Amino acid sequence: MPSLDKAFGIHEQAMNIYARRTELLAGNLANADTPGYKARDLDFKALLSDYATREAGGTGSSMQATHANHFGGMGADGMGGDPLYRSPMQPSIDGNTVDSQVEKAAFMENSVRYQATMNFIDGRMRSLRKALRGD
Amino acid sequence: MSMFKVFDIAGSAMSAQSLRLNTTASNLANADSVSSSTNETYRARQPVFAAMLEEASGAQRAAGAGVQVKGIVESQAPLRQLYDPNHPMANEEGYIFMPNVNVVEEMANMISASRSYQANVEVVNTAKQLAMRTLSLGQS
Repeated sequence: MPSLDKAFGIHEQAMNIYARRTELLAGNLANADTPGYKARDLDFKALLSDYATREAGGTGSSMQATHANHFGGMGADGMGGDPLYRSPMQPSIDGNTVDSQVEKAAFMENSVRYQATMNFIDGRMRSLRKALRGD
Repeated sequence: MSMFKVFDIAGSAMSAQSLRLNTTASNLANADSVSSSTNETYRARQPVFAAMLEEASGAQRAAGAGVQVKGIVESQAPLRQLYDPNHPMANEEGYIFMPNVNVVEEMANMISASRSYQANVEVVNTAKQLAMRTLSLGQS
């Protein structure tokens, strides 16, 4: 019987990544008209497999602080992985690489995935409760 | 919970875009404000947007960035000078000065600003739905 900490499995981490991605994509949409702004996004697959490696006892791909004076880096929140810059399909003359349509689609897709993850967690909670009640 | 930052980000964008709508309205309203000297003539105003600098603290660095309005600049394009000696505002040489507002450009600006505003309203709505749904996790 695995401990209750792991009751939600990978979904807990997935939800964290989706929440972070929501924020990044909102930032992209907010800066759709800002000159010189570069659109950013997360590599979900890399982040999740990084998490899986760390769960399995590995070090993952994020930088390790092996000295007290090392900076925490992006992975300081335990989620590892820097946001990556999107390669623009239609770069504009003011240096902005945000494509509103692409960002909107990504934002919607991300929110659907977030809701799917919440459904998984909900289901897990229901079955746990059922097991506890025993009815 | 980082979902709450989405409201700040989208909110900053909404206020920046509404300021852009304000300057556009001002430019369109003054498109025909005639004057008798170059110094008194209205010049087209445009806001300058910049991404907000992110906090340097580790966990916050990866977060999305809001928008800030750096300032409002007046267009340096030449004013339109018309010869109209019968105009009440004409100067001694019979010239009047028209603002350098490009009405077509302003209309395009207005549509762009309102579309961007709508996109951010949508972001706020979606984020709200996600947050409400997260709050009700496990209550069903």
